[in-house]
Amino acid sequence: MTAVLCRHFGLKHIEIAEDIASDTFLKASEHWAINGIPENPIAWLYAVAKNKTKDYIKNLSVFETKIKNELPISIQNEHDFEFDNQIISDSQLAMIFVVCSPVNSDESQICLALQILCGFNVEEIANAFLTKSETIKKRLQRARTALRNDNFQIKKLSEIEIKSRLDVVLKTLYLLFSEGYFSKTDDKQIRTALCSEATRLTLLLTENPLTNTPQTNALLALMCFQSSRLEARTNDKGEAVLFDEQDENLWDKSLIERGNYYLINATDGNEISKYHLEAGIAYWHATPTDQNKWKHILQLYNQLILIEYSPITALNRTFAFAKVYGHKSAIPEAEKLNLVESNYYHELLGYLYADTAVPKAIEHYEQAIKLTKSKTEKQTLKREIEQLRLSL
Amino acid sequence: MKEFALIFRLKDISDFKPTPEQMQERMNWLAGIASQNKLVDKGNTLLPFEGSAKTVKLNNVVTDGAYTEIKEFISGYIVVKADTIDEAVEMAKANPIFDQVAGSIEVREVLKRD
Repeated sequence: MTAVLCRHFGLKHIEIAEDIASDTFLKASEHWAINGIPENPIAWLYAVAKNKTKDYIKNLSVFETKIKNELPISIQNEHDFEFDNQIISDSQLAMIFVVCSPVNSDESQICLALQILCGFNVEEIANAFLTKSETIKKRLQRARTALRNDNFQIKKLSEIEIKSRLDVVLKTLYLLFSEGYFSKTDDKQIRTALCSEATRLTLLLTENPLTNTPQTNALLALMCFQSSRLEARTNDKGEAVLFDEQDENLWDKSLIERGNYYLINATDGNEISKYHLEAGIAYWHATPTDQNKWKHILQLYNQLILIEYSPITALNRTFAFAKVYGHKSAIPEAEKLNLVESNYYHELLGYLYADTAVPKAIEHYEQAIKLTKSKTEKQTLKREIEQLRLSL
Repeated sequence: MKEFALIFRLKDISDFKPTPEQMQERMNWLAGIASQNKLVDKGNTLLPFEGSAKTVKLNNVVTDGAYTEIKEFISGYIVVKADTIDEAVEMAKANPIFDQVAGSIEVREVLKRD
């Protein structure tokens, strides 16, 4: 709703649009509690928002003409202020393109997306990032100022603008999803919410011909495959369950099928993006039967690391290497990475040394406990060390 | 860190097309360097075949094929970064080419033209 209103007011006045949207929902909660939910709740909400906007414009005109004698906002004729499904989805799409702006850092973009596109409040965002609300508030303020100064036009996105910005948009949605999937918080609800919001927004991109590219489909396939395991990868206590120990019955088969569908859509054209490769890896993870699975996964990681270096990709690639060529030959590969500041690096080495040199494995696991901030991870690692001590 | 070009040479033109297994080993080697964030340029393969390779010499003498008067021909190159040339040499030593076929790798420090 904020997105549609912004289309009307222009991005400079996003606060007005947000105020009207939240007023509308407030009115809904009062009215619906007494009179019950109307037959068409969406139409109801937009009708109220429309009236509130008319009131606002009227008040504003009175105020501006009487006191200031000038109208700062060029408010168009109210007749073209309509809400229909097309406008709603177009406006949401445009809003995604506004929020995912390269003028802001990755982290700020994610915060903005959570607030403006997903309706999270400051506290929820702070919880997701394990940061103080004050920090998030400041970050959001700075990001909004940057957006305003950037003066990006929300009204009509041209084909050229969409094409030039789609990469940034996909990256932000990818990071938003990862923030949920690999979240710093142990709160399962927040993690699931982040993942499903990112998926919803990416799905929106596949509904418009201009943004329904092979890359978008590859990203959506990746999200579907990863989401299929959300239930299985943490236990009731919120502790991480390692891939090998996951109960496959908890994997969401329908999401895996959706993933297959979008992955096939993603093969239109010749382009292989990092999303294609990551979706390919996730596909093999969700397909446990093939005996060459890890070979395929290693090949995909090899290609991925050549497109873009990241420590996590390097570590995951080495894990796949160990699965194909054995732990022993993977140890020198792993040690060459030399990511001594990363808890995952020590976890990987702990895992690789566990069969052959238990004291070394314990040493690395202890190092990992020192480096990780996650409580549940510390617990999982401590259990691992206890088991290893028993085998000594 | 300095940059070094690793220049691959092969002896036999029939070795130019690797088997899938050889290809996999070469990819593992290349990705291993990339995993250390030491790959500057994944380079290119240089085709040695007739029609894809010619050598131009003095007095407009043009010969077909890759330059082979030193018995080996260049098959490709990559650029890596390393603190010392010895570190780059270690990377080259680990290349599976030596187990697979006859050839050599020349390691040369890059001096940038700018």
